[in-house]
Amino acid sequence: MKDKRLGNPLQRQGVQNTIAAIIAILIGMLVGLIVLLFTDASRAGEGMMAILTGGLTDLKNMGQVLYYATPLIMTGLSVGFAKKTGLFNIGAPGQYMMGAFAAVYVGVKWTFLPAGIHCIVAVLAACLFGAIWGILPGLLKAWRGINEVITCIMMNYIAMSMSNVLIRAFIYDRAKNQSFRPDETAELPKMGFDKIFVGESGTPSSVNAGIVVAIVLAIVVWVVLEKTKMGYELKACGFNKDAAKYAGISEKRNIVQAMIISGALAGIGGGLNYLAGAGTGIMVADTLAQQGFDGIAVALLGMSNPIAIIFTGILMAYLTVGGLAMQSFGFVSQVITIITSVIVYFAAFILFFSQIIAKFAKGKGEKQNANAEPGDSGQAPPAQPPTPPTEGGEQA
Amino acid sequence: MSGLDLIIFLVQQTMTFAIPLLVVALGGLFAERSGIVNIALDGTMIIGAFAGILFMHIIQASYTGQGILLLSLLVAAVSGIVISLVHAFASINMKADQTISGTAINTFAPAFAIYVARMVVGVQQVPFQNDFLIQKVPVLGDIPLIGPMFFQKAYITTYLGIVILVLSAVVLYKTRFGLRLRACGEHPQAADSVGINVYKMRYAGTLISGALAGMGGVIFVVPTSVNFNATVSGYGFLALAVLIFGQWKPGRILFAAIFFGFMKTLSVTYANIPVLSDMGWSSDIYKMIPYVATLIVLAFTSKKSAAPRAEGIPYDKGER
Repeated sequence: MKDKRLGNPLQRQGVQNTIAAIIAILIGMLVGLIVLLFTDASRAGEGMMAILTGGLTDLKNMGQVLYYATPLIMTGLSVGFAKKTGLFNIGAPGQYMMGAFAAVYVGVKWTFLPAGIHCIVAVLAACLFGAIWGILPGLLKAWRGINEVITCIMMNYIAMSMSNVLIRAFIYDRAKNQSFRPDETAELPKMGFDKIFVGESGTPSSVNAGIVVAIVLAIVVWVVLEKTKMGYELKACGFNKDAAKYAGISEKRNIVQAMIISGALAGIGGGLNYLAGAGTGIMVADTLAQQGFDGIAVALLGMSNPIAIIFTGILMAYLTVGGLAMQSFGFVSQVITIITSVIVYFAAFILFFSQIIAKFAKGKGEKQNANAEPGDSGQAPPAQPPTPPTEGGEQA
Repeated sequence: MSGLDLIIFLVQQTMTFAIPLLVVALGGLFAERSGIVNIALDGTMIIGAFAGILFMHIIQASYTGQGILLLSLLVAAVSGIVISLVHAFASINMKADQTISGTAINTFAPAFAIYVARMVVGVQQVPFQNDFLIQKVPVLGDIPLIGPMFFQKAYITTYLGIVILVLSAVVLYKTRFGLRLRACGEHPQAADSVGINVYKMRYAGTLISGALAGMGGVIFVVPTSVNFNATVSGYGFLALAVLIFGQWKPGRILFAAIFFGFMKTLSVTYANIPVLSDMGWSSDIYKMIPYVATLIVLAFTSKKSAAPRAEGIPYDKGER
């Protein structure tokens, strides 16, 4: 882009988006502080400090941040990937739950597999089940023209009951009303994290190879979207499906492909969460997986950029861990959810913020480049470059 | 239960499930017809139900009667309008991605409801006295067959829902306001060029949707529970599905709401229905009925989507 030549970092889209996201986070924190003051003014300061520093107080908490971030990054990638291709995958909760079931099923039943292979097969099973749950909305959209939002909502509720049926039929721990825990050989390796992220009392964090898998997959998704023909075609469909069709790109194949990948990513998220060896099975309950819905927030805050999603996922997890620390000062955990929602809300203003930043940068830039050619200063549009596959062009 | 009693029972139950879906989907209709995607229906329902039920909880200490339900609906409508103002500001003035602020409201609503309930009531659940069931409407309740189906063991909200349906259809298709609103959802530039204030119309659509979704929250909670626990069981999302299923048209939305309400009734009352209970499935399988049935019907009846053309696209006056 031309912006780079001007040398002012404030004129770059990525920098503008990052600053806008930071503004959103600051507003969220401010609202959080107001809520805390409103609840109990005498302890609000301590509560706020707990939120801000809770994820950093010791190495165990730092590990916990990464542990909580793992499923959020995966569901965030799922929603973000679909959004880049013009689809709104509100079905991430269902895909996540089916992935979780598949992983735990393999983890409990396929104990004949050797230790190293067992967990890989379990994650692949999660990937497969998530993809299966994503393919139906894709097929119905491609061949019957049915809005993916409605099919995804239906698939979510079907997954909720289906997972209960399957757990009861195959891996039900009656005493705890949840699934059995995956066999130890199916647990994700700790990769030495349990030696690094240890609390003061000596208890290790639950962080494991899952976070590495999530980050690697985020990079893979970025490469696929930005550097491959498939990614180009998928994004072209998302940007302007008529133009894409005109260019000979099969819209139908793209929709199905995008939903399969999107579902697989959410499914892996479910798998990684329950193979973490944190000692939990899947609860048998009539609720949809919250991580799936949180993924929407993570993706939107990261503007559907896979690399940004790593950070927004970690941010959400950081707030969760900080929230746990905050609760010891007598505040309810909902304060964190309120902060999160405010951040997401103001993230919607990114376009507005970045326009202001761009205006500011342009003003400064013009002064510095007094000798620049007249037409040149107007060449840095703040948002929405007309070419389809640029980063951050998904607003439409 | 005899065959006739069973049918009457099923109709009554279907109404309980269908009316809140109908009202909330109609709310979504107003927003989307003006060009604003309102994925925040679920959050708006929660806020409406919370404000309405909290009001009911407080006022029931000193008063009783149907009037309280109507007042609660009013409170719910007002609170729904307030929260949808937040959505409208982001979507219209800030030209933001409308799914983002919608998602934010859906996240915010249950947390806010629990937080305030703990501050005001002390616990998360807000209890209320349900003395609003009308055993029998005078005169109408005595009509054979129709009387027991629609005018016995009913709530006043059922009739309100029908009134809202008729009003919505009239407003959208028979008034100048409705025509202008729809124009803003189809082609805002054209609407603007003939002097319609697109921003104002979109605000109107979003606020009406907030009022209806807020009321829908109370309408859903009152017959199905004895307290409000910061959830409407995802009914806002189902209403969104009903809106799409209903192809953004009031008559079809009624059909979609009744279809879904009936399927939902089957899934919870299967034990009373000989054909279904004979299957001997586990309760979780019955729970899937409404969702699977909707998918099947959609797959066979779908045609080109009738979504408003400019839906979800922020309107920028400077852009032509």
